[in-house]
Amino acid sequence: MADSILSIENAGKSRGALRVLDDVSLRAEPGQRIALLGHNGAGKSTLMKAVLGLTTLDDGAITIDGARPGSAHARTVTAYLPEAVAFHKSLTGREQLTLFARLADCPVAQVAGYLNRVGLAGAADRRIGTYSKGMRQRLGLAQVLLGRPKLALLDEPTSGLDPISRHELYAIIDEMADHGTAVVIASHTLTEVEARTDRIAILRDGRLVADDTLANLSLRAGLPTRLRVRAHADAADRIASETGGTRVNGVSVDLLCTPDRKMAELRRLSAMGEAVADIEMHPPRLEDLYRHYSKGDGQ
Amino acid sequence: MIRRILAIARIEATITRRNRWLLMATVIMVLFAVALTLAGSAPTGSLGVNMLTVSVASMTTLSVYLAPLLALMMAFDSIAGEAERGGLGLLLSYPVSRAEILLGKFLAHLTALGFAMTIGFGTAGALAAFFGGVDAASLIALLRLVLTSILLGAAFLALGYMLSALAGSATGAAGLSAGLWLVFVVLYDLGLLGAVVFDAGGWFTQQVFPWLMAANPADAFRLWNIAASDGVAMATGLGGAAAALPAWVAPVSLSVWPALGLLLARRFFARLEP
Ligand SMILES: Nc1ncnc2c1ncn2[C@@H]1O[C@H](COP(=O)(O)OP(=O)(O)OP(=O)(O)O)[C@@H](O)[C@H]1O
Ligand SMILES: [Mg+2]
Repeated sequence: MADSILSIENAGKSRGALRVLDDVSLRAEPGQRIALLGHNGAGKSTLMKAVLGLTTLDDGAITIDGARPGSAHARTVTAYLPEAVAFHKSLTGREQLTLFARLADCPVAQVAGYLNRVGLAGAADRRIGTYSKGMRQRLGLAQVLLGRPKLALLDEPTSGLDPISRHELYAIIDEMADHGTAVVIASHTLTEVEARTDRIAILRDGRLVADDTLANLSLRAGLPTRLRVRAHADAADRIASETGGTRVNGVSVDLLCTPDRKMAELRRLSAMGEAVADIEMHPPRLEDLYRHYSKGDGQ
Repeated sequence: MIRRILAIARIEATITRRNRWLLMATVIMVLFAVALTLAGSAPTGSLGVNMLTVSVASMTTLSVYLAPLLALMMAFDSIAGEAERGGLGLLLSYPVSRAEILLGKFLAHLTALGFAMTIGFGTAGALAAFFGGVDAASLIALLRLVLTSILLGAAFLALGYMLSALAGSATGAAGLSAGLWLVFVVLYDLGLLGAVVFDAGGWFTQQVFPWLMAANPADAFRLWNIAASDGVAMATGLGGAAAALPAWVAPVSLSVWPALGLLLARRFFARLEP
């Protein structure tokens, strides 16, 4: 697609004998939120650094809005939140953000607004050395917002944030995406990513083992949906024997069925009439999918 | 480009002020310069020069050690430290080039160094003038001392950035900087002295030695101040080497070093992966 903001084609990189990235291809369209998952050392941060032009690739090519990584245009349209963000301790939050605004050619008058947006208005004139980890992370997020980037690369943005802050962070990410920013989020917190992203990419040992929507990944993985059936009176045994499920905690029966068998099972259960009191459906979660793809079952 | 260099310079200047670096450097300069001026006031009469001239001569000797030291102390952390803390990767994700970062830091550090030098030497000069009188020649010598000290500082700032980019860690850069200081300011001269003694006034001493001396920025600084002022030359007793060279050599050497250092720093910085 010609309108991709980010296009990574067959990216490969070796560090000594280690293949850190191997034949990775990934695209990001405007307004897309992409989760980049993978075990520690999978190559997520390295991929981001390659997109930023901070590290060079051995194979393949990356273009950002048509420009080469590290070029003036690419840097102008890209925002980055490093995984271990550290600012100069003796500067205040406002001074640090003002520097970034000047470099990004963004009006300095907007700095106060961005500090406010990430909830740092009260601490803006305190030295960064006195900030808590979450406050530093918020400052890092504020600089991502500067100048309306077309591409935002967030390396573990929720690390150090409390639950409310995480929620606010995803609200900010949604807002950016609504304005057309393509957001790539490297993360280990699957539950949040599951609900708040449009696409999931999974790296394993430098290879991209999955890159699709959650629904498509589930479909392709063919992981079973779990049906928990609560039985009326003494019907649990009967239901278990008729459906081939397993009995759990006295009154319930668990059934595993593939996605295409799900409706058939439900019809069979509803035909049992009074015996069935309730049915809970547990489709595979991202955590199951992640385990599936990152263990290599997906290949 | 200028805008971005100034943005970096401004923030670096804030840091220099806030971590008391500026204050410390200025106090050190004032203390040493005043102490030397007062201590050197005794033998004034015997040499037949005024107090400011003697003061400039002893401050020249001081500056050879102090200017490189202060410059290296300011510079060693500036790239390696930022790379270690992880701030460099973020900075480089903005549309600012490594050369612009380097020049911005250089501008801020050089201004701080220049401020400390001017206040330090200026105080000492005012003191000497007050107690021992001045003439036009000694005032020019003082002005030259301030300017050449700033140039010497500039050379070692640039070399400090080079080491900082080369080392990759702040502690490594600190070690390399100490080594560099020792080589340029102490060992180089000792080596030359040994060679001269061994050569016993032969071809090396006559033809090569003055040029080798001028090639070292610290010695070029000394030569420039000595060659340009008879009074200072007399007071330091180093007129011989200065007389053997064309007058332009030391100034050119001292002026080329900062540029050369910055180019080298730029080159090593380019290879650094944040
Ligand atoms: N500067 C470096 N020198 C050598 N090897 C490196 C360097 N940086 C990363 N690596 C290696 O590259 C591989 C990928 O690292 P990377 O930081 O991209 O992983 P990651 O997916 O971000 O992991 P995490 O979830 O722990 O942040 C690892 O094996 C790591 O050891
Ligand atoms: Mg990482």
